[in-house]
Amino acid sequence: MEYKKNFLTPGHNACAGCGQLSAVQAVMRALSADTILVNATGCLEVTTTAHPQSAWQLPWIHSLFENSAAIASGVKASLRKKKKGTKVVIQAGDGGTYDIGIGLISGLWERGEEILYICYDTESYSNTGVQASGSTPWGANTVTTPADKKSIGAQQVKKDMIGIALAHGLNYIAQSTAAFPDDITNKVKKALATSGPTYIQILSPCVPGWKIKTDEAIAAARLAVQTGLYPLLEYSNSQLSSSSINQNFQAKPVDEYLKMQGRFRHLKTEDIAHIQKNADKNISIYKI
Amino acid sequence: MDKKNNKALSPATPPGTALANKTGSWRTQKPQIDAAVCVGCSRCAKLCPDACILMKMDKNGKMKAEVDYDYCKGCGICAAECPVKAIIMAKDY
Repeated sequence: MEYKKNFLTPGHNACAGCGQLSAVQAVMRALSADTILVNATGCLEVTTTAHPQSAWQLPWIHSLFENSAAIASGVKASLRKKKKGTKVVIQAGDGGTYDIGIGLISGLWERGEEILYICYDTESYSNTGVQASGSTPWGANTVTTPADKKSIGAQQVKKDMIGIALAHGLNYIAQSTAAFPDDITNKVKKALATSGPTYIQILSPCVPGWKIKTDEAIAAARLAVQTGLYPLLEYSNSQLSSSSINQNFQAKPVDEYLKMQGRFRHLKTEDIAHIQKNADKNISIYKI
Repeated sequence: MDKKNNKALSPATPPGTALANKTGSWRTQKPQIDAAVCVGCSRCAKLCPDACILMKMDKNGKMKAEVDYDYCKGCGICAAECPVKAIIMAKDY
């Protein structure tokens, strides 16, 4: 069978051109068959496990939106009892990570268990119809933060989840986007080779949520890096590693990134200038 | 009743059963790969959200991308990302 070695097979129900599923394929290439996957509620869970089918070819468990970190701890505890070194990987969206699951994630990191947590950041609750999450950036038009004459759209600033992970003292923290599949695969391999809890966050453009065309998810994920809005980052033992710093980085203006997305189409020149400041700040902080 | 082999009573879904779901029927446009232009870099295969572009060796021992139309949803990411423009999207309805 052609898909015998795929940990995630075709036949799943994700939208055509889904940025998240593209990123998941890159993650799967880094895993070994001796892995147990724990999934929080979200697009990935819903689209890959329409009853009575499953697109997974690894042991996979789902319980609720908020408790993927606790479930993974339980899985790890039973593996410890059996003296097995099986890797445990959590996959969740930004809703399950930034908002609903954050308490239990903090507990997992506090306990220091050797579990990799991967957040596919679509910057909204994509699965339930694009409501704003803690990850939604300023100015984005979502169902719960509609942009109109009186409102800019989302008024909160995107939560700094990488900063929260750093505050927990994790040994390995990385950020990537769906446009860099080899970077994702490398980072997952590095995380799995690190002791203690690890965290990887991957920007995963959502076709209906970002209001982009089905062939634009990768282009959007690439522009997010090129503008400095979502840099490729890697922290080993809380130190920003030099491998994440691109020597030949030539920043592109943010309007190219914003104008391709329907969720930002209402922004005026002064709003775009405000977002440009955020990108410039990133570029100076991370020295990219 | 044979509880062991009754799938309805099984707590777990068997692996890879989603392969029965031929998502190629969703497609309204179809990627066509020009094998003469394809350099076998596998960028399309790596980025395909449906993992349905396979790298296969041709008669001359060179790797070429091939689409499995049983599952291709026709999103066009492969054509947009191909570094040598070996893929075009054709109408498929």
